[in-house]
Amino acid sequence: MNYILNILRRRRGDAKSYRQRFLYEPVTEGDTIATALTELNNREVLADTDGTPAEPVEWECSCLQKKCGACAMVINGRPQLACAARLIDFSRQEIMIEPLRKFPVVCDLVVDRSILFENLKTLHLWLSREAELPDRYRELAYQASECIQCGCCLEVCPNFCVNGRFFGMSSVPVTTRLLTEMPVNEAKEIAKLYARHTFAGCGKSLACKDICPKGIDTEKLLVNANAMAVWKRRKGK
Amino acid sequence: MSDMKTVNIIGAGLAGLSAAITLARAGVSSNLISSQPSERAQSVLAEGGINASLNTMGEHDTTTEHFADTMKGGCFLSSERAVGGLTENAPSIVKELAALGVPFNAQNGRLLLRNFGGQKKKRTAHAKSSTGKMIMSALIDEARKYEAQGLIRRFPNHELICIDVHDNVLANVTVRDNYSRKYLRFTGAAILCTGGLNGFFEGMTTGTTQNTGSAAAIAFCAGAEFANLEFIQYHPTTVSISGKRMLISEAARGEGGRLFIMRNGKPWYFMEEKYPELGNLMPRDVVSREMTAVVSMPECTGSVMLDLTGLSADVWSGKLSDLRAEIMSYMNIDPKLSPIPVSPGIHYFMGGIRVNIRHETSVKNLYAAGEAACQYHGANRLGGNSMLGAIYGGKVAALSALETAAKASIDSVNAKAESSLPKNRTKLCCILSSGLGMIRSEQPLIKAVADLDELLKSGTLNEIDRSRTLLGKAMLLSALARKESRGAHTRSDYPHTSADFQKTTVAGMHNGEVIIRFAAIDESEGSPK
Ligand SMILES: Cc1cc2nc3c(=O)[nH]c(=O)nc-3n(C[C@H](O)[C@H](O)[C@H](O)COP(=O)(O)OP(=O)(O)OC[C@H]3O[C@@H](n4cnc5c(N)ncnc54)[C@H](O)[C@@H]3O)c2cc1C
Ligand code: FES
Repeated sequence: MNYILNILRRRRGDAKSYRQRFLYEPVTEGDTIATALTELNNREVLADTDGTPAEPVEWECSCLQKKCGACAMVINGRPQLACAARLIDFSRQEIMIEPLRKFPVVCDLVVDRSILFENLKTLHLWLSREAELPDRYRELAYQASECIQCGCCLEVCPNFCVNGRFFGMSSVPVTTRLLTEMPVNEAKEIAKLYARHTFAGCGKSLACKDICPKGIDTEKLLVNANAMAVWKRRKGK
Repeated sequence: MSDMKTVNIIGAGLAGLSAAITLARAGVSSNLISSQPSERAQSVLAEGGINASLNTMGEHDTTTEHFADTMKGGCFLSSERAVGGLTENAPSIVKELAALGVPFNAQNGRLLLRNFGGQKKKRTAHAKSSTGKMIMSALIDEARKYEAQGLIRRFPNHELICIDVHDNVLANVTVRDNYSRKYLRFTGAAILCTGGLNGFFEGMTTGTTQNTGSAAAIAFCAGAEFANLEFIQYHPTTVSISGKRMLISEAARGEGGRLFIMRNGKPWYFMEEKYPELGNLMPRDVVSREMTAVVSMPECTGSVMLDLTGLSADVWSGKLSDLRAEIMSYMNIDPKLSPIPVSPGIHYFMGGIRVNIRHETSVKNLYAAGEAACQYHGANRLGGNSMLGAIYGGKVAALSALETAAKASIDSVNAKAESSLPKNRTKLCCILSSGLGMIRSEQPLIKAVADLDELLKSGTLNEIDRSRTLLGKAMLLSALARKESRGAHTRSDYPHTSADFQKTTVAGMHNGEVIIRFAAIDESEGSPK
């Protein structure tokens, strides 16, 4: 089956948005939205379904195998990774593609996610001493280190907004890792900032629960981070 | 701009982060420039592990043996002094990573090591099969500490577009903010940590699309010498997925995976039969060549298969759960139940910017580290040595750079740089792959050089594509000049290794021409000669 990629475009952050449709013929069963976008941009002349010449579609990618978070975008209403979104898994021929809505648009599907990294800095997320990692917490530290900072969890969060006081789920994995590796009484600054910027603003909607493209158990990390930072309880597993 | 000594680092993977952290700990600030944030660098893809003779598995491993295996695996084309430094420092590097909280597989605080190719003893520290991601997460957190102190200044989404060299001394580097489209010029010393040359073989490598190789091409045309460009590692166990090759980590064989092919209707475990000692864990160049040979035998059918069905439940749950999930997701095969078809794919570039043991390039004040540089791995890199080389090399480069580091400035400049065009990249890739497959010979190489010359004369190339094409030509000419087979460079017309070629292939630009020469393996601490 041929697909129509219906892309919400904006050539600059302050320009007007418009939609443009492109026809894509898959080559293999494994073709993803990332494959399709690459192919469109490799065309000698890119034209939309009306035959109107079009500028290449700006988007970001890097690993092409779900490991770096670069290619997050909204596909048929759901934030996900373009390199993991296989065309054959879409039932409709026309696929709606939009940039993540929570972040400022740079161009087309590229958004500026620098706030994710700024927030981690504001939260003082680093080890202030040598890590102490007993075997029983290794699995938790491992899972907490898997976050790729793609921003999908923030996209669906009813409470997160860029430059808001609440930093959202994407700050939780790093917090969990660090608290797992430091005695709680030596991580007072992290705990305090976490309570202010994460715990306090989280409405526990758990909208982020099933959205993580890495399959991170966000609820588990959240429960652990809360236990350690707010309730000063022992770490879970 | 403060009065602080500053070094510019281009590339924020393992090598760049290691350099930035080393500088920060010495009180020297850095501008950490990268086309995307660290979280998206190729280093997060590294899977199987990092080598260090920690000797935690009761096998009496030593740094001497790590040194010997690395030299032998690299077919004696590496600097002994450099490899000595790498292997001596490996245990402390891995211990430091553990102290930064990398959740390596461990038991009662003892780091567990696994077998990896080309090494008889268990030496590879790992965090399941996501070691690169785990190390990167810890180093990113560590770097953040210094970002908050103003010692590391990040410039993500910034791409290198020009290196200015006067009288063989680096003057400045110019980068473009790909978000605002504005240009910045950085004066002062610079360390290139821009990763491997994946972009020269688009869609054919296991690495990231971000490592376009354009930074290397810019450095080459600015006057930096390159070394051993003909050595391109084909990893034996890769599979084709949409848009790239996906790696099946060597960890799969390290944990007991076996390669076979159907011969006269029966599985033939050819590696185990031919190499009883290391079997499936021979160095990658050997395994890839053997696979290519058996596939073309008339008595064999189908592709080579990687059989992981014999691995224990513990291995699957504790060590390779992530690899299994990946194979199931992209190949629709459960490797616990069925063997998977694999074939060699481009995975690593041993060649790169030529550096001495202090990681100085041939251009004064310009340094290089990580996969961008040619150091440690000779004609064939051992699995697990690359992350080590990137971290150690980043450190060494930083320590060298800080000796001469001075106050630096950042200025907005008016510049305009064109991007590489897809049609030019595709042409270059087609020509290069016609000459630089796993098995090379003179005629296809000569033809490929002629094709590139035609492309260079065609007048269709913009400046960056021209630089890329010249570096591509240097790769082909290096392969043509090395009239022997060694490690990852196999010539069907020169099938033997020759002592005359136990030298470094050096490629440089002179008066607009690519010139290749051979030099003694550089053991010096001064500029590479
Ligand atoms: C799938 C896979 C598995 C691997 N597994 C292992 C393993 O188990 N063990 C091991 O030792 N090695 C492994 N490797 C190899 C290892 O991961 C890499 O060689 C190593 O991480 C390279 O680190 P680096 O810092 O040199 O470069 P990278 O991590 O590639 O970083 C390059 C940096 O340069 C930046 N950059 C590139 N071009 C430009 C430009 N023009 N302008 C500005 N910035 C630029 C990028 O943004 C990035 O930040 C694996 C590699 C792959 C692909
Ligand atoms: S490109 Fe890395 S997650 Fe899609």
